[in-house]
Amino acid sequence: MATDDLIARLAGDLKPVQPDQVGRRVAIGFGASLAVSSLLMYFWLGLRPDMMSAVWTWPFWVKLGYTFALSLAGIWAVKRIAYPLGRIRPHLVAIAMAVTALVALAIGQLSMMPPESHMPLLMGKSVAVCTLYITTLAMPFLVGAFWILRGLAPTRLTLAGAAAGLAAGGLGSLVYSFHCTEGGMPFIAIWYTLGVMGPALIGALAGRYLLRW
Amino acid sequence: MLASLAGDARSYAVLLDEVARHLRSYFLRRLADGHRGDADDLVQDTLMALHTRRATYEVDRPFTSWLHAIARYKLIDHFRRHRIRATVPLDDAHDLIASDDGEGIADRMDVERLLQIAPEKSRDLIYRTRIEGQSIAEVAQSTGLSESSVKVTVHRGLKAIAARLKGDGHGDR
Repeated sequence: MATDDLIARLAGDLKPVQPDQVGRRVAIGFGASLAVSSLLMYFWLGLRPDMMSAVWTWPFWVKLGYTFALSLAGIWAVKRIAYPLGRIRPHLVAIAMAVTALVALAIGQLSMMPPESHMPLLMGKSVAVCTLYITTLAMPFLVGAFWILRGLAPTRLTLAGAAAGLAAGGLGSLVYSFHCTEGGMPFIAIWYTLGVMGPALIGALAGRYLLRW
Repeated sequence: MLASLAGDARSYAVLLDEVARHLRSYFLRRLADGHRGDADDLVQDTLMALHTRRATYEVDRPFTSWLHAIARYKLIDHFRRHRIRATVPLDDAHDLIASDDGEGIADRMDVERLLQIAPEKSRDLIYRTRIEGQSIAEVAQSTGLSESSVKVTVHRGLKAIAARLKGDGHGDR
């Protein structure tokens, strides 16, 4: 019977599983994409020219904290959904909470500033490109996340793709925040968040087809 | 499975053999008459997946539920690939639901294996009181033991199983 041959072959091929092999794969996948995406940002867009002074302003750190929180929750969600039966509701709740916190901050800033400053806070100077650039910088991460998942065992492919997209969007916006000079909270709450949701949507749509195993 | 993860090829082969037989009946039960021939392909496909993705088995979770999640995924994937849509008249739908008891059987396999750990004397008593649901008094009467000694024996047996489970968890990790 062919199944017996297969069993013999698989048993012959057995190598011990390293502790936390999954975690290692996640680290390699996202680490490699971080290198690609950062280089892409550096040579294509460049660091923000006022980098040295920007690190002394609070919007820089809010942007960094927000995108970092989204990235972390996204990476964890990818790791969890890579297991059969993996559930990621807590991760999605964490992402929703981060978005809610930033929206609250944005509303607070709008309410404290005079009405004529509202449009600049919402639109900044780079509204036309922000979401698009984030989505582009997220693509290496999306490829990396799909590579991670394809070697593991996600059983809900659309959800797994969405998790990959959220992680990619979070990491893409993290990388982009080193280029972007915007400091208005409403701007970040809208356009950064859209830049994260775009890759999430792409991931969810592509997951069904590209994550099959 | 724990030994297999550590690289013990002989226990791995034994495990795969058992899994293959279990999977065959799992798939046969779920495939329509015209598609029975696909069961072997699905078994092999699932074994391959189990092998290449064994890193996703978490040692502190039940092996059977992990295995079933993979088998179920492979079955659904198979249905999708071949665009098989089960169409059953609503009146017969309860047959479908009723036949989906594979998980229960697997759980019972786990339970029976665990029971083997308990001392022989308490095995039968645990089975009757905890699984068949007989009362202590009933069991005492039918075995001729006193109620308190039934209780004590059952308790000791369960303790032995618990101790072994804990020991296993630590020893293998």
